[in-house]
Amino acid sequence: MKLTHLLTSAALALGLATGAVAQDTTKVGFIYVGPIGDGGWTYEHDKGRLAIEEHFGDQVETVYQESVPEGADAERAITQMALQGADLIFTTSFGFMEPTVAVAEKFPNVKFEHATGYKTLPNLSTYSARFYEGRAVQGHIAGKMTKSNIVGYIASFPIPEVIRGINAAYLHAKKVNPEIEFKIIWAYTWFDPAKEADAATALIEQGADVILQHTDSTAPQAAAEKAGDVITFGQASDMAEYKPLPRVSSIIDNWAPYYIARTQAVMDGTWESQQVWQGIDKGMVKIGEITDAVPADVRDEALALKQAMAEGEYHPFTGPINRQDGSAWLAEGEVADDGTLLGMDFYVEGISGQIPN
Amino acid sequence: MLKLEKRPQPSRLWTWVTPLLAVVITMLAGGALFAALGKDPVEAIATIFWQPLFGEFAFYYRPQLLIKGAPLILIAIGLSLGFRAGIWNIGAEGQYIVGALTGAGVGLAFYPTESVLIFPLMVLAGALGGWGWAMIPAVLKLRFGTNEILVSLMLVYVAEQLLAAMALGPMKNPEGMGFPGSRNLRQYESAHNAELITGTGMHWGVVAAFIAVIFAYVLLTRHSLGYHIRLTGQAPRAARFAGVRPARLVLVCLGTAGALAGLAGMFEVSGPAGQVSIDFNVGYGFTAIIVAFLGRLHPLGILLAGLLMALTYIGGEIAQSNMGLPAAAIQLFQGMLLFFLLAVDVLTNYRIRLARREVA
Repeated sequence: MKLTHLLTSAALALGLATGAVAQDTTKVGFIYVGPIGDGGWTYEHDKGRLAIEEHFGDQVETVYQESVPEGADAERAITQMALQGADLIFTTSFGFMEPTVAVAEKFPNVKFEHATGYKTLPNLSTYSARFYEGRAVQGHIAGKMTKSNIVGYIASFPIPEVIRGINAAYLHAKKVNPEIEFKIIWAYTWFDPAKEADAATALIEQGADVILQHTDSTAPQAAAEKAGDVITFGQASDMAEYKPLPRVSSIIDNWAPYYIARTQAVMDGTWESQQVWQGIDKGMVKIGEITDAVPADVRDEALALKQAMAEGEYHPFTGPINRQDGSAWLAEGEVADDGTLLGMDFYVEGISGQIPN
Repeated sequence: MLKLEKRPQPSRLWTWVTPLLAVVITMLAGGALFAALGKDPVEAIATIFWQPLFGEFAFYYRPQLLIKGAPLILIAIGLSLGFRAGIWNIGAEGQYIVGALTGAGVGLAFYPTESVLIFPLMVLAGALGGWGWAMIPAVLKLRFGTNEILVSLMLVYVAEQLLAAMALGPMKNPEGMGFPGSRNLRQYESAHNAELITGTGMHWGVVAAFIAVIFAYVLLTRHSLGYHIRLTGQAPRAARFAGVRPARLVLVCLGTAGALAGLAGMFEVSGPAGQVSIDFNVGYGFTAIIVAFLGRLHPLGILLAGLLMALTYIGGEIAQSNMGLPAAAIQLFQGMLLFFLLAVDVLTNYRIRLARREVA
């Protein structure tokens, strides 16, 4: 195809040009789904970008584009970065998968990394974090702390990632509190402070005194603070400004080590396409400080749980676990395989309600 | 002292000068904004307006202008007919979504059959889908006297829910590992709205947009229906005496706008976007309202306004990634354009006079 040729030769020409002018500078681009000030998902990716700058100094140049809509606009944004001579481009939302694949095919010499997807190419890797490990810790604390036995959960989109989080949190809450009940609201957004606040308020009105969120803004934290006697957990970012209450702990996405390692690989010429899924063990998922609002024994248990996962002694999805319909999923002692987890489209037994579809 | 004096008739000259003036003022105010953000204002404005057209990578951006502009123009043309007649369809975004769903639905239903008939069928389905969605406010208005502004707007949110339900349910890619979103229509040849000439950005949606512009121009200047539309907007009572049937006009205007929006959605989903996904719609239906007014509700004006809007989008993106301008600043810049257009509009209807101080 002509366009492909044009683009490729332009990329090549540019690659040569930048190679000649500034041989040592590696250009790293980021495509963000939200604003860098969202205080959650995109904020943490941007921290990763800044960490690259700090680590490599003059050897790198980073560029980013925020609030990129998922779809045709994303394809243009990514193409533009490739045209401008980026050597490595991170696309940081699931919805960027098809556009990233399309652009990666046109620019074989540029390396691409897509977060949370499943399609790869020789120049396209995927990476994601095992957030469900953090959810297990949250579930444990939630089960211990709740007085109403109702946990509210603000879910974003019914994709495996989110369903996995609900299941992990529920299993570990149930383990320490058999009376537990989860109320789940689907917000259909990753970032919409108004919608998230509404969802949090609705859940609190339904009796929830713990709010878990899989959306990125701090609006649910604010809603919980206003309502009082409700605890929350930071999502994607520490959300430390709501410490010690309502935010009692958090799951922190820590992308910096991965981003630095991949940038280094591009510099060294050792970059290869891969699919990684790292958790607490590699430091990609971190548990934010558990505040004093949590009783000492609960904190110790939560930390022990985290430690067991970090050392690989414990997997949050260890049988016996049944599916919601009562059919057996994992036998006693059996551990879920990654394939099933990555495509998870069912609730575990005990959760009421349907996954929307 | 300055004094505003109402013109007996809107000035023809100023009708065409004010959009340009608005663009210039936007550049100045936008430049000040960028300067306040610590960026070189000249470079920023140049990046937005110059780079996409004549910059190093113009060969890529020029076709993108067509891709981005076509749906805006297509929708705005449809809206302008109604706006001229005082029929306010604010829900083009919903009609765009439904057109995409019906169009893609037909394509997906035939998968993986290959036939040259599939794409025309999808086009038809897309237009019908948008038309049908627009008929809801039209019929409700005629039957129960509901306000089409509210009904069409509310139906946008209904359409968004429908889109999410489709992306998660019936249209979900069975090979998509449980993730939402349909199959990629770009990988299904019979349903792919591909570029007609590679590298030009020219797809069927762009062709349709150009046809719509010509069609609307002829309609408004040469056809009795166009005369009725203009007359109704300018003098509703006179229009009635002239034999205009308002009910028919409501059906025609909303129907045409819906069908064109539906077509835009269908061309987008089968081409640039490729798949039905939860976030498929990015606001073309709303931006088209700005385009319609920026273009003075005139077909040729809309053509230019659509391309200008596309230019600010694409140039804005370049400015973001090259100069590190925040996305919000670019959105503000685009918002200024409409704001200043409305502000300088006063010059079309009024003239500024130096008023003499009255002596008692």
